[in-house]
Amino acid sequence: MSALIQVNNVTKKYGGLIANNDISFDVSENEILSVIGPNGAGKSTLFKMISSFTPTTSGEVLYRGEPISNLKPYVVARKGIVRTFQETTIFKSMTVRESVVVAQHLRAKASLAGYFWGSRTAKEDVTAFGEYADELLEFLGMSEIANELASNLPQGNLRALGIAIGLATDPKVLLLDEPFAGMNHDETMNMVNLVRSVRDERGVTVMLVEHDMPAVMNISDRIVVLNFGEKIAEGTPSEIQNNEKVIEAYLGSADDEIGM
Amino acid sequence: MMMGFSKKQLVGVGVFLVAIFVGVPLLINMTGRWDFYFTLTSVALLAIASAGVWLTFYIGRINIGQGAFALIGAYVSAILVVKAGWSFWISLPAAGLIAGLVAVLIGLPILRLRGVYFAMITLVLTQVVTLTALALPITNGAKGISNIPLPSGASIFGIPLIPDFGAMENTKLAFYLTACILMVVTYAALYRLVNSRLGHLCRSMQQNEELASSIGVNIAYIRIVIFAISSFFGGIGGAMFGSIAQSVYPSTFVVADSVNFMLNCFLGGLGYVFGPILGTLVLYFGWDLLFELGKYQMLVYSIILIAVIRFLPNGLLSIRFGKGNNK
Repeated sequence: MSALIQVNNVTKKYGGLIANNDISFDVSENEILSVIGPNGAGKSTLFKMISSFTPTTSGEVLYRGEPISNLKPYVVARKGIVRTFQETTIFKSMTVRESVVVAQHLRAKASLAGYFWGSRTAKEDVTAFGEYADELLEFLGMSEIANELASNLPQGNLRALGIAIGLATDPKVLLLDEPFAGMNHDETMNMVNLVRSVRDERGVTVMLVEHDMPAVMNISDRIVVLNFGEKIAEGTPSEIQNNEKVIEAYLGSADDEIGM
Repeated sequence: MMMGFSKKQLVGVGVFLVAIFVGVPLLINMTGRWDFYFTLTSVALLAIASAGVWLTFYIGRINIGQGAFALIGAYVSAILVVKAGWSFWISLPAAGLIAGLVAVLIGLPILRLRGVYFAMITLVLTQVVTLTALALPITNGAKGISNIPLPSGASIFGIPLIPDFGAMENTKLAFYLTACILMVVTYAALYRLVNSRLGHLCRSMQQNEELASSIGVNIAYIRIVIFAISSFFGGIGGAMFGSIAQSVYPSTFVVADSVNFMLNCFLGGLGYVFGPILGTLVLYFGWDLLFELGKYQMLVYSIILIAVIRFLPNGLLSIRFGKGNNK
């Protein structure tokens, strides 16, 4: 296992406020790594810096040794690091299938002009996109809602749609922003299995930011814990569960909260 | 995500083509209302410019600056024909390309603005181009460029493609047919564009820019491409207009024209590719029909417009096709 993503001494300041202070860790190929921490610990900011949705104040993020921080988000996506969003960031007036087809545009072989004139490569692309969309939706168990309008979907399906859109880009690394938020136990377990199969069957490295402790302990190979913008711990789920600092950060009632 | 037309749509398109290329000339021949040719030619050309505005709406930008690009197109064509001696038929695409090029230069700094900010800047744009035309020596100031020769004939390898307009007895019909052909080509291209990958990427950006960039869409690039195509249509419409009027002045396209291009889109329906054609037709004829009202013309006209936009927010075509149907 080699380091796929290296986060090197990354700091983010908003004026006087330090959202992330000197954070370093590695993400290995084919692992599921979670970033956890109490509200306001700086998880989302860290996520935005890795996907270049916000610049770093100092430090850098490397992907296979190549800097990817402070680029444009679409450039990072093209390198294969794709993020999903919380809540309702979707293409509202597209169907599930249309969304997944559009999201495959990085896989296009024909140029935009080729599509306009209807070149043979473009036609092949369109067929391939459709087939891959069907395959992906089946893999995600979403075939039945393929032709539903995104804006008509319930919350749980929206989260899955977000992952479907992310996966459609054929990513190497998928960054999931709170994939279990607002889900009940069953939905969470379904999502845990889904994320795991994304890694196991599609070879996608997964990094996620999450609040839901049982789910995180269940799914993660390794965990990074943030508190007040600082990294306070890093390790396997069992190491994290027994870490003094982590227990302290979670109000001392950590045994109930973190316990499986 | 329809690639082709449905049967019903094909019939509709067929009826429309027969109506404009056969029906209208027949009717005018029967009634002797030759002046209608000029009106309908204008409608066709204004509809071409409006198609561009519709396209900028498609990337979620309110464009009140199409008059600027129409004026640029008209001047470029006039200057190339009068001063450089080019054939009009070569100056026509050149006018579109230069309007598109100017759009790239202007679009780079302003296309990141949204909503009312983008709208305000484009609104100013028409005035800027008008004032520039007044100031520059090559555009001949307030006197403009007049006595532009009629389009000459064109041929490839000795095979005549387009007859010499100057040698014609009746240029009205020729201009009408030319404008209609241009309009049909424009809207065919627009329809194709909207239903190809570029159109799908535009839809993704319009619905959620963050999500679009997360799947690797280069939003800034696509915006520029769309704005350039939009202005290309403006330039083509303007150049053809100048050629028919055989003159171009700084006041050929003013701010009010830019506003009208936008209203054409609103009126026809932003959800329908062919909306601007209907919008232009209704707006142009509506104004003329109310001529009898004299000083109340503007008042009644405005009230009707407000009522239409209030009660048919999806445009006139929504009566026919219902909501959300992408035609």
